[in-house]
Amino acid sequence: MQNPLRESAARTYTAVWLALLVLLGATLAVAKLQLLARFSALGSLVIASAKAGLVLAFFMHLKDEGRFLKATLALTVCVLTALIGLTFVDVIYR
Amino acid sequence: MGMWLFLFTEILFFGGMFLLYAVFRHRFPADFHRGAAGESLVLGTVNTAVLLTSSFTIALAIAAIRKGEKILSARLQAATIFLGIVFLVIKYFEWSAKIAAGIYPNSPVLLNLGKGETLFFGLYYVMTGLHGLHVLVGIAVIAFMVHFTRKGTIGRENDARLENTGLYWHFVDIVWIYLYPLFYLVT
Repeated sequence: MQNPLRESAARTYTAVWLALLVLLGATLAVAKLQLLARFSALGSLVIASAKAGLVLAFFMHLKDEGRFLKATLALTVCVLTALIGLTFVDVIYR
Repeated sequence: MGMWLFLFTEILFFGGMFLLYAVFRHRFPADFHRGAAGESLVLGTVNTAVLLTSSFTIALAIAAIRKGEKILSARLQAATIFLGIVFLVIKYFEWSAKIAAGIYPNSPVLLNLGKGETLFFGLYYVMTGLHGLHVLVGIAVIAFMVHFTRKGTIGRENDARLENTGLYWHFVDIVWIYLYPLFYLVT
């Protein structure tokens, strides 16, 4: 999609890149210092999802895309979540 | 749109392996923790930074072509290729160190370690291997884009191919964003 504020694209990308590196540092700190104790795995995945969200929204400019594309992506993620979730129901209660 | 559809199939393709990882990690938590503790955290973290930066450079390359700055865009694409190669070289050293330590599929060392760790390293090789293959394909595709940009068939009014290459490259980056905590941080 055409961005009317093209000139500021480089600045936005730089900010996103810096944010990604900060999150990388954060995930390292959480894991190394055991900040979240037994929830550290969950914490790492939450931070990973924040990073993925930044890449999707800005680098892949999903935020400027139409509703249909966003919904299709959401559907794909839901299918994957259901797949993993339902498998776990089986694994845990077998 | 077509590129996005392809990426959706890729999400489920990698998703299947993430599912396997999740189930086996649930069954052998201690082995998976020990396995991840044996990974080089420094190399994994450096590689994450390298790949995040390569996403940044390809995004800038697309922003540059939209302003009509072809030479700058070609240089940024070349920088992305360079970072992709750095990523693979680091991966090569990681795999070599592991193989030298006797950890490879069906190795005597691994068979002695027991089921859980065999599964951990099996998944490690399959998932990082397939991801590495995607990086290799991405490097090849970007090399073509550099060529097209220099020739002028990619330009300000005609950036779809570079745009789609960027989407693919970012997707490969996102897969690594999840592989990194799963294989290096869960200790």
